Formats: sequence, structure tokens, C-alpha cells
Amino acid sequence: MALKRKSKQFKWHRKHLLGLRELSAEEITYILDTAKGFEQISTRSVKKAPPLRGKVVVNLFFEDSTRTRNSFSLAANRLSADIIEFTKKDSSVSKGETLLDTAKNLEAMGIDIVVIRHSAGGAPRFLSRNIDACVINAGDGFCEHPTQGLLDTFTIRKIKGTLEGLKIAIVGDVAHSRVARSDMWAMTKLGAEVTFVGPPTLMPTEIGRLPVKVSYSLDEVIEKVDVINMLRIQFERLGGNPFPSIREYSHYFGLTVERMKKAKSDILVMHPGPINRGLEMESEVADGRNSVILEQVTNGLAVRMAVLFLVNQAAAQSK
Amino acid sequence: MNSEILIKNGRIIDPANDIDKKCDVLITDGRIAEVGSVKKTVQTVIDAEGKLVTPGLIDIHVHFREPGDEEEETIASGSTAAVAAGFTSVVCMPNTNPVIENETDIEYIHRKARQTRKTHVYTMGAITKGLQGVELAEMGFMAEAGAVGFTDDGRGVQDPTVMLRALKYAAMFDVFIAQHCQDEAIAGKGVMNSGYYSTILGLPGIDPLAEQAMVWRDIQLLKKTNVRYHAQHISTTGAVELIRQAKKDSLPITCEVTPHHLLLTEECCAEYDTNYKVNPPLRSAEDVESLKQAIADGLVDALVTDHAPHLQSERELEFLTAPFGIASLECALALYVKALIEPGILDWPGLIRLMTEKPAKIIGVDKGTLGKGKQADVTIIDPEAEYTIDVSTFRSKSRNCPYHGWEVKGKVEKTIVGGEIRYEA
Repeated sequence: MALKRKSKQFKWHRKHLLGLRELSAEEITYILDTAKGFEQISTRSVKKAPPLRGKVVVNLFFEDSTRTRNSFSLAANRLSADIIEFTKKDSSVSKGETLLDTAKNLEAMGIDIVVIRHSAGGAPRFLSRNIDACVINAGDGFCEHPTQGLLDTFTIRKIKGTLEGLKIAIVGDVAHSRVARSDMWAMTKLGAEVTFVGPPTLMPTEIGRLPVKVSYSLDEVIEKVDVINMLRIQFERLGGNPFPSIREYSHYFGLTVERMKKAKSDILVMHPGPINRGLEMESEVADGRNSVILEQVTNGLAVRMAVLFLVNQAAAQSK
Repeated sequence: MNSEILIKNGRIIDPANDIDKKCDVLITDGRIAEVGSVKKTVQTVIDAEGKLVTPGLIDIHVHFREPGDEEEETIASGSTAAVAAGFTSVVCMPNTNPVIENETDIEYIHRKARQTRKTHVYTMGAITKGLQGVELAEMGFMAEAGAVGFTDDGRGVQDPTVMLRALKYAAMFDVFIAQHCQDEAIAGKGVMNSGYYSTILGLPGIDPLAEQAMVWRDIQLLKKTNVRYHAQHISTTGAVELIRQAKKDSLPITCEVTPHHLLLTEECCAEYDTNYKVNPPLRSAEDVESLKQAIADGLVDALVTDHAPHLQSERELEFLTAPFGIASLECALALYVKALIEPGILDWPGLIRLMTEKPAKIIGVDKGTLGKGKQADVTIIDPEAEYTIDVSTFRSKSRNCPYHGWEVKGKVEKTIVGGEIRYEA
């Protein structure tokens, strides 16, 4: 309750959402509270609200995405913004234009918010320093994916009531995962205990300096946790041969029906999607009673509406 | 002709001759005629009261981008910058476009330098054709044309058999082989030091082991050959310790350190500012301490800038895609003062030794001293002058320098090259 009251007095001032690392617990809570208010828009018969009317949002996606891009588009739609879709294939990036030039050209058309996904860590931050529009990070390399971190946190909070004191496992290719990093920042700031689980070859350097525990054994961890977030094996990002075979990986780190028997009965099973069924997770588990994977997607919409709303408001106030 | 110049009352620092005293220097017909109390009346007299008078500074690691990338730097712009920074001799790296790999290329560099008439410009040649690390370049012809040494700088020679062949073959000539110590298999596609910061920034890292492994391998090869070997821009504790041992074992190994590896750490990359993207990458605070200790212990043989100019448009890129390199030639002296003199690691003679006598020895030229009869390359320094680094005043064509706005101390007053005053503040 105390937190809630505090967050109401709080004033959001960021016109960019670049990552969760630099956010305070108060700021994260404020976004989640704001998202809560937007949830009901999607259940109304007229699924639209006016706060971004007359604003232009550009989805600047340099990497493949279906879920996140559609979620941002729909979120912007529901807030009455106009949307430009920009993907690598139909852009002039293939003609050698730099990211900065691309963004400046879009800005010259009078855009208000850039939602960017890029394969280079730091690209959104770079953009935010060089253009006037609001910048929202929709995933940068293996740095951060802040709206995913927020929607994961939102989903947990909605079901469990709080993050405080929860034990959360994040399993898989942590080294190349922006989701793992954003989840870590958000969840630990809100008081959860996060454990990264995976083979040592998929753990990032100097992990000891991160606010997490590390385990190489899913079997040991699964008994203790309240939430398990299974990362997708990102074949496109894996360099070399970090594990001997998919078969062996699944044996040690796959979330199987058998393994789920050891888990707490009310464990939440999460996945940022898209799932490699049968690889990191068996279908029965993905579709099982503990799975909140589709709730995550639903909540993503409310969270992204909140983020679009807040950065736009901060930009308006700073003018 | 400016036949005679008398520099009066300066503090003469000539480490090669163990001189550190207040006196005069007389230059006659482009050569050092006398160091001592000179009573003679000459036309050009420079009052150096309160100033340091040293042998002309030497930077044995610069990239002047010519031929090929003249929009970033040319031998003219680079050597104009160099002379303003007190350097009377520089050594260009051969990773130009095309690569410097035969005697015609070497002569081209020399011709451009003659046309500019600023500093002496030396060049190294490539170890392997096209820096591909496969076939040896024509070291003999290049050495005869005046190449002072060989390196594939920008990358290291990866194949140990090729490196061993290069070390063996080079023994025919009085040259040294220099190495950019980085094992590419370990370094991978890294863009900064591998560590906490690469983890939280989500950028691929270069493990310090990449440097350590290469230095270790080359030391083993060196034991089988008899040629001078020079480890370029070392940046890690691991490399320092290996070189310490190799020197103890009396192997013919030398090494160099840049200002950025003494002043900056990986933490500087936290805001993705591409001015901090450099190869070898900025390392940890512990590595910086190791390098400083190595300098204090006399393990380091040369201070170099690795001046690596790039266009502004290349800096305005994502950290992941921007090119590596820091352009620091024009503020180099003040940076060494900050890194080494201010914390008491070196005194002035110690610093000047690493910028004159020792690098001259590595490249095998009769310079870096104020000995009688030597070519009159002289730098006059105001050690107390304080200023703010302003990249907009750089004579270099490039501005990719992270030191903009730094308050520093130690300024070059005059630079004399071959008895001619080529720069005056």
C-alpha cells in the first residue's frame, strides 16, 4: 500500500524508455500502475482512447519481430496515434544509409515517438542523443528489451500480488538475451530474487557483479522457485557451439512435464516467445495450467500503451 | 639559410647522454653543435627560461591514412599535427589502402613527407601481403627502401607458422617485427573489453586473454629466432607479466603503451560513445594499474599514440558498427603528463626517455638525442602551461578524440626539425 501511495505522488519525467537498468523501483512501479489503468481499454466494445491523437509513432524495426511490433502498433492504435511501419526490408538501410540518417529523415516528416528494435546494443540510446523525438527501446542486441521486462513483471505482479520476496528463475541463453537482462533489472529492483540458470557457456562475463544468483542445474532450482521464465534458444545469435547438441541441452535445461512434477504447484511458467516447442519447453507445459505465456502477450499491450502514454506526456511537459 | 640557432637558459633534458641541467643548445647547419654554456652571438636566439629543451619527440605508432583514406588524414595533415605536438619523427603503420607492402609504397610515403616538410615521416611495411596473414610481403625490398620495421597492425599475424617464418626471414635485415597482439579466435567479433560493462551494455567483448595468448605465443616463437620483436599497444596485466618474464630471460623484446590505455577504462564505454571504441579495447582499472607499474618498473620501451583518425560520420554510428580508433596525437604530451608525471610514476627525464631515446632505438634510427653532431631535432616544452583540450583546434583532419574539454598541463612551445623551426606556439 505504501508503495502505491508513493507512486501516485510520483511524477514521470523520462521522454525515452531506453532500458530498465537506469530506472528506480518507483519508476518501474509507476509504469506498471499506469499499465493497469490501460488494461480495461482492450475489454471495452470501443477499444480506443484519445491521448495520442495527432501524434505519429514510427515502428523502426531493424530485426525480425512479429509479437513486439504488432503489440506496439496495436498499443499506439488504441491510443489514437498514427503509425508508420518501417522494417529493414523496405527501408533504404540496404542502400547503405546510416541509422542516424534514417532516423533524421523520419524526424523531418514530423514524428513524435520512435519505437526501435536494432541488433546493436545501445542503438536506441545513440538515437535518443541525436534526435528530438521520444525513443522507446523495443530490443537492442543483447542489451535490453525493457517493455518485455515490464510486461513480465506486470504479469507476475498481477497474479502474485507483489514481486517482493519471490524466487524467479530465468533459464537458457542468458549471455545473448536482452530479455534476461531487462527482467533481471526490473524484478530485482522490485525485490525478487533472480537466479540465472543455464550452461556456463551461455552465461555472460563477470556475472558475479550482477544482482543475481547463478545455477547450472535446473533440477535444483525448479523446486524452489515461484516463477520460471524460459528463454528462447536464439539460434541466430549463438556463436560457435556453446552446447554439444540440442538433445543434450534439452536434457539439462528443457522444461519437461517430468521436471514440472518437482515444481511448486502454483509456479508460473513464462516464455517471451516465440517458443521452440519441444526444445526449451514441452508443448504440454507451454499449454499447461501453470503457463501464463498468453497472458504475457495480453499484458504486453497494456504495458506498451502505458509506455507510449508516459513518454509522450513527458515530452509534452518538457516543451 | 637559418644556419645558427641558440636556445638559451632552458632545462636541457637529454636522457641518452644523461643530461638534465640548465644550459644552452647551439644548432649549426642543422646539427647539434654544442650543449653547455654558449657565449656566441647568433642571429636566432630562443629564450627557453623556464622551459624544457628535449630531443625531438618520436611517436612510433601513427595512422596517417594515406594512401586510401585521405578524407580522414593525410601525411601532410598528420605531420602538421605531429609537429605542433612536439613530434619530430613519426612512424606510419602500413594498414592503408592499398597496404604498404613493397618498395614503391614505402617511397610514396617518403615522397609525401618530403613535400610537406614538417616532421620526419618513417613507415613500417606489412609483414604479410594485404595483411592477410598468409604470404610474406617483400620485406627485403621494403627494408632497402627505408622501412624501419614490419607489422600487420590493425590485426595480428594469426597463423603461428607464418609468424615464425616472418621472424626467421626478418633476421636477414636490420629490422624489427612488431605485432598487434590479438588472437582473433578469442577476440571474435568483440567491440570492447569483455567484462561487467560488456555484459550490461549487451556488447560483444574482447577477452584480455586474446592479447595474453598472442604475446605468449610470440614469445615462444621468439625463442626459436633471433630478431627484435616489439609488442604494440599492450593493454593487459597478462601481457605485462609475460613481457616482464621474457625480458628477464633476455629475449629481444620491447613494448609500447598508448595514453588511452593509461587514462581510460572500459567504464568509459558505458554511454556507447564511439570515441571510446578502440582496439585493443579500453580495459579494467587493474589493467591500467599494471601498465603504470610496468612503466615505473622500466618494462615499457616507448610511449605511442596509435593516432587513428576517423571521420565524424563514422563516429555517428552505433557502437557495434563504428570503426576502432582514437586520434590523440595533438594532445599526447599533456596526456602523458597527466598519466605519468602528475601521479609521480615518471619524472621528466623518464618521460622524455620513453618518447625519444628508447623509441629511436626500437626503429633503429640515429635520433632521440642532443648529442654533438646529431641532426638537430629539438622540442621546447612549457611544463607548467595549462590549457583545455579543444578538438576544434586540431590540425589533424579528424576529431575522434575523447579528451575534448580535459584540463591539462604541459604544452609544446617550439618544434625544431633538422635545424629548422617548423612549429611555434
